[in-house]
Amino acid sequence: MSGIAMPQPDIRILERAPQIVASLQEALPLDTVIFDPEETRAYECDALTAYRCAPLAVVLPRSTEEVAAVMRVCADMGVPVVPRGAGTSLAGGALPTADCVVIGTARLRDVLEIDTDNRFIRVQTGVTNLSVSEMLEPHGFFYAPDPSSQLACTIAGNIAMNSGGAHCLKYGVTTNNLMGATVVLTTGEIVELGGPELGPSGLDLLGLLCGSEGQLGIVTEAVLRIVPRPEGARPVLIGFDGAEVAGECVARIIRSGVLPVAIEYMDEPCLRAVEDFAHAGYPDCAAVLIVEVEGSPDEIADQIARIRDIAAALDPVEFRESRNADDALAIWKGRKSAFGAMGRLGDYICLDGTVPVGQLPYTLRRIGELSKQHGLEVANVFHAGDGNMHPLILFNANEPGQLERAEAFGADILRLCVEVGGCLTGEHGVGVEKRDLMGAQYDAVDLAVQMEVKDVFDPAWLLNPAKVFPLEASAAHRLKVAE
Amino acid sequence: MQTNFTPEQLADPATARSNEILRSCVHCGFCTATCPTYKLLGDELDSPRGRIYLIKDMLENNRVPDGKTVAHIDRCLSCLSCMTTCPSGVHYMHLVDHAREYIERTYRRPFAERVLRWLLAKILPYPGRFRLALRGAGLARPLRRLMPDARLRAMLDMAPRAIPPVSPNDAPQVFPAQGPRRRRVALLIGCAQRALNTDINDATIRLLRRHGCEVVIPKGIGCCGALTHHMGRTGESHAMAAANIRAVVAEIDGGGLDAVVLNTSGCGTTVKDYGHMFRNDPLAGDAARVAALAKDVTEVMAELGLRDAGHAEPLRVGYHSACSLQHGQQVRAAPKELLAQAGFMVLEPRDSHICCGSAGTYNLMQPEISGQLKARKVETLEALEPQVISAGNIGCMMQIGSGTGVPVVHTVELLDWATGGPQPHGLAGAGAGG
Repeated sequence: MSGIAMPQPDIRILERAPQIVASLQEALPLDTVIFDPEETRAYECDALTAYRCAPLAVVLPRSTEEVAAVMRVCADMGVPVVPRGAGTSLAGGALPTADCVVIGTARLRDVLEIDTDNRFIRVQTGVTNLSVSEMLEPHGFFYAPDPSSQLACTIAGNIAMNSGGAHCLKYGVTTNNLMGATVVLTTGEIVELGGPELGPSGLDLLGLLCGSEGQLGIVTEAVLRIVPRPEGARPVLIGFDGAEVAGECVARIIRSGVLPVAIEYMDEPCLRAVEDFAHAGYPDCAAVLIVEVEGSPDEIADQIARIRDIAAALDPVEFRESRNADDALAIWKGRKSAFGAMGRLGDYICLDGTVPVGQLPYTLRRIGELSKQHGLEVANVFHAGDGNMHPLILFNANEPGQLERAEAFGADILRLCVEVGGCLTGEHGVGVEKRDLMGAQYDAVDLAVQMEVKDVFDPAWLLNPAKVFPLEASAAHRLKVAE
Repeated sequence: MQTNFTPEQLADPATARSNEILRSCVHCGFCTATCPTYKLLGDELDSPRGRIYLIKDMLENNRVPDGKTVAHIDRCLSCLSCMTTCPSGVHYMHLVDHAREYIERTYRRPFAERVLRWLLAKILPYPGRFRLALRGAGLARPLRRLMPDARLRAMLDMAPRAIPPVSPNDAPQVFPAQGPRRRRVALLIGCAQRALNTDINDATIRLLRRHGCEVVIPKGIGCCGALTHHMGRTGESHAMAAANIRAVVAEIDGGGLDAVVLNTSGCGTTVKDYGHMFRNDPLAGDAARVAALAKDVTEVMAELGLRDAGHAEPLRVGYHSACSLQHGQQVRAAPKELLAQAGFMVLEPRDSHICCGSAGTYNLMQPEISGQLKARKVETLEALEPQVISAGNIGCMMQIGSGTGVPVVHTVELLDWATGGPQPHGLAGAGAGG
């Protein structure tokens, strides 16, 4: 375990574990509650495996009412709650504490309504992101936000983290595509925010909720905006012999006014790993951009021609249009599995800083310098079009001290992102990973206001403890409750 | 993923291999999305990522597993869908095989389960005993409702009502090629398959001969070891595998072999893994030679190319991709392309990557989950309105066949028919118009 501290579990809660489990079992069907230490261990972390802690119990409810029942039990007994989607968070968003109950959404996976006339779908939030688009396919629609983990990650997690994805350059992130939510508050109260109709009146509570990382409530159902599938789409691969020039190409494409659906960046170490899995025939060079355009055949041809001109001025090593649908699929399969495929090279931590697109070349150069300084290799794969960087710092988890070095390197990169006018997180959320860096982005007043919002929704500070807010900054709020 | 094994633990080759596999897992969770049991049960403990965690914990702590851990690992179908999905290349198959062996060695199962597993291990791999058992099942069928255990009832339900007579083709012999000899191949004739269905081997032999193969049924060939291997009964499985390796090597060193052909993809996955199974054994070299030659019959046919196809009716074929073929051996395109070349209209069901629930002895040991998977598979296949369903694995054929009125045949039977062989028996009764 490493640098990021978690609060001591509340011994008074641990002592009452049997009663808490009994109360949960009373409120829910028997197969919903997991409490055996041999079993809870599998829930001790998400995709940020450096931090692990088995929870007191895990519950897997099947309905909003069951989630509400758990919330009531936990509120009554003063037990912290950690919401969990598919456990794909790279920021430790679903990291449990020893005294918490994990509420998993995996069994909330009904599709409730598809309305193509009014362009929305209503789902339980345990459905996976990709399955939403798959269900819409026969209707000629899709759900736009597409995090790389879309095969596995849930809509619940997407809403909690305001997830993005490759295609968000054109269509926006989760918050731009979320129309309504059924939320279970910490009291067990069920509230509806927004809905299928456009233009909510009053305060934008839905906007507040989206990206709140499970600090304010648990979303069990969602109304999502759906988009007609484009007539066609085609990715092109542009290879460069340097990171900076690739970054420059991105900045020029954006400046030119062409709006591709996606501009993705992968560098050489990353390309090596994904080629082994996806066999997409990526160019063998320092950096590759995947630029996808969509529309009618004429629109596609026009946009590709303009992108080709922009790239040509920068001497690309290769410029290749995908030949057919299978080719396009392989290109995207590689990109979307990049994080997983990096496991072929070793352990890594994956960062999520975002910078202004114009700062990409400088940021990439600085990351290269920092890599030398820290003596650790870094691979870059990210959503270049909106400046959402994902440097992957490679290290050996079985060698003592390496994780700490990787984390120090990561912190330097994130501070760099803030320095150049960007921010700590584009889409993975703060979680536990970036919690203690929040001070680099927000001053004490900013943080205080955010915590006062949490006070309103979760006065007992039971929801997703020890995430998002630096422990020191939140101490006053948490202790006030404990007294 | 970080692991915590001591140098002493890592001195054990099996643990060292598992450590290597665990180290390559980054816990990204992609595997959960395509795991049939996770899709059904919604609990991470019944997903590859959860099982990997349970196995890691069990092995790291030299822990005697508890009943719950065993139940979650038992629920794994070994369909290997997770291996197709995994971007990091985690070799889940070797890990779960190790876990099963570890459980078998350290965990004492309840009495009834021990008896059941012992019976399966002592009967299924031996065609003679299996035939007897099937006859016995016929006699016991009227007593079905008195059976106390769902697993016993599942066994009775799976037993076919008619058992074919022993096929003379399954005796050791050499079938000459028709026309000039292009290949000399050994056919592994399987064990349970031979007792349940003799048409598959007969069709395979005709098809291969017609395409210029001299087909050898090696002397001393038997069960490949897969059935017991998946139960963690390594001693038995390795003994059977060793016998096969010796039998095949005798042919390689004798008349020579271009391929070892399998038409039961469950067995194919295991035979292709012989090199790994025997990596620390004096038989390692021979095992690797056999594994390198092992091919699914559709791989061999794709190499040879279909000749003079077009003798069959151009039926709508619902193609079921056996997990052992599509995930275990990564053979996906060949069977579909061959069927299309043979003139059939090939249709694939939704969620074709999801298991039908057969999975070796799984349908007997886990009837409830298996039944749900069967129902889903049958529903998606029937939605295609096929005239016939084809698959490359006897287990899947039995499983799907027990849930649908559509005839189910082996892919080679259709290919044999299309290239001049007889119409598959399975189609005759149902009428091709099905």
